[in-house]
Amino acid sequence: MNHMSVPEKLSINKYELDDGHPHIEVHTEICNTICKTKACLFVCPANVYSEQEGKIVADWAGCLECGTCRAACPTDALQWEYPRGGFGVIYRYG
Amino acid sequence: MDDKFDVIIVGAGLAGSAAALKLAQAGLEVVLVERGPYPGSKNLSGGVLYGRILNDLVPNYWEEAPIERYITNERVVFMTEQASFNIDFKNQAFKEAPYNAISVLRGKFDRWLGEKAEEAGAMLVPGIKVDEVIVENGRAVGIMAGDEEMRSDVVILADGTNSFLAEQLGLRKKFEHSHMAVGVKELIGLPRETIEDRFNLTGDSGVAYGIVGYATQGVAGGGFLYTNKETISIGLVMHLDELIETGKKPSEMMEEFLANSLIEPLIRGGKMLEYGAHMVPEGGLAMTPQLVMDGLLIAGDAAGLSINNGFVVRGMDLALSTGISAAEAVLAAKKKEDFSAAGLGIYRQLIDDSFVMKDMKTYAGAPSFMKTERLYEAYPEMLVNLMTKIYTHNGQPKEHMVPIAMKSLKESGISLFQVAGDGLKGARSL
Ligand SMILES: Cc1cc2nc3c(=O)[nH]c(=O)nc-3n(C[C@H](O)[C@H](O)[C@H](O)COP(=O)(O)OP(=O)(O)OC[C@H]3O[C@@H](n4cnc5c(N)ncnc54)[C@H](O)[C@@H]3O)c2cc1C
Repeated sequence: MNHMSVPEKLSINKYELDDGHPHIEVHTEICNTICKTKACLFVCPANVYSEQEGKIVADWAGCLECGTCRAACPTDALQWEYPRGGFGVIYRYG
Repeated sequence: MDDKFDVIIVGAGLAGSAAALKLAQAGLEVVLVERGPYPGSKNLSGGVLYGRILNDLVPNYWEEAPIERYITNERVVFMTEQASFNIDFKNQAFKEAPYNAISVLRGKFDRWLGEKAEEAGAMLVPGIKVDEVIVENGRAVGIMAGDEEMRSDVVILADGTNSFLAEQLGLRKKFEHSHMAVGVKELIGLPRETIEDRFNLTGDSGVAYGIVGYATQGVAGGGFLYTNKETISIGLVMHLDELIETGKKPSEMMEEFLANSLIEPLIRGGKMLEYGAHMVPEGGLAMTPQLVMDGLLIAGDAAGLSINNGFVVRGMDLALSTGISAAEAVLAAKKKEDFSAAGLGIYRQLIDDSFVMKDMKTYAGAPSFMKTERLYEAYPEMLVNLMTKIYTHNGQPKEHMVPIAMKSLKESGISLFQVAGDGLKGARSL
């Protein structure tokens, strides 16, 4: 099989995008002051999190809704909940 | 209030739909609320359901359920970067219904089970996320979704591994990293004949691989590969604490796993159809929350009930079983019209008496055994080293097996004492 990048993989998945209603919020001032691991940057299987201009941002549209970031976050910086009913990733196979 | 239901179930996964089906069959008014657009749309498993329990719930299930294959071949693979040592177990008896194990895809399977519950009279409400359990005087009396309120005698939480609701209610603490694992999975499409030729399968029989060692690059956990009719389920399960310690990326580990020279030929020519991730509760009994409160029960992954001993991941059968037990407990409470924690208390007894708690206890040592580093590097290396010595014919005179084995052991840096200790720990926990 050919190598595929994470964005390529996500583009094959099915999503019902909830435009204008992000289900993830990052209080990056907490990350920048007390977080030692910034685990969200590497544990997320969908690479939702990245550091841009010194801030952690969440590209929430590709979220697979596993909750690993929330479980891994050592602070209260991450407000992660499930998308509103009916929205988000739709596993056709699972 | 007259618009009050007997039971509200949160989550139409296997635990929730099993409970709904049982309760509806008994004539209770049941509402099954699911946040996804249809049952299964949010759910993900490796996909081997060990389950005669399914036959208890839906007799002769195989005549109607969307099952992929029945597993007749179980393989354990100890893997290093370049080599692997396989245990290959086949049993033709596993071909007989009610099958020992079947492969399933949750997007289809859960949808079917949800429909079974509906047919039996449960009211399925998809596309609604429950935000809160309403508690009055210490008793759960219903749910809130947005600003809609719905009331019932009993609420069953079957909302899966993240169970926000159990956490909100204080029935369980925030996760410890060491109690959780993250699973990453890809579904790979291949023609049916290719799968059958490649894996030596006939008809609808199937194979399940559990892969320990290099697959997870030293991180506790394992890989899996399961055959479906026209797809292959493949993925990794990795312990969260060790991922955080090592700073490894699950997505990259997955790519390397798929590209590994032992794995790549198995999926060669395939088409990636879906990429998913989901967490597995792996803390064993140490993470079991309080299962009952006044007016409420917790079932399935939400109750932290799953077993991973490195070779098999099990949670679907436990979800079905606890869903059934929850329904039975509600029926017992209904007879007495007592929905307090005491009235529902038989739930704990039913679980304790079922295979769920018996197996949870049998495998109680598995979480700590899984943390034996030697399992991921030293032992696979040692086995491969041993086999390499046995099969290498390079003009040097051969030695007997026992001295070769001792030498491989010595080279691996593991002491006999550790082998004995791990063996004992493994034997006790597996
Ligand atoms: C990678 C991986 C491989 C696995 N492999 C296997 C395997 O081979 N065999 C096996 O037996 N087990 C396996 N498991 C474990 C198995 O998937 C789980 O144990 C099982 O899915 C648990 O079922 P459940 O019904 O308790 O929870 P889930 O299947 O998670 O169902 C929970 C349901 O609740 C819904 N929900 C959640 N919150 C809300 C809310 N607030 N409002 C409304 N609805 C909500 C969800 O959408 C979902 O439908 C695996 C798990 C993973 C991650």
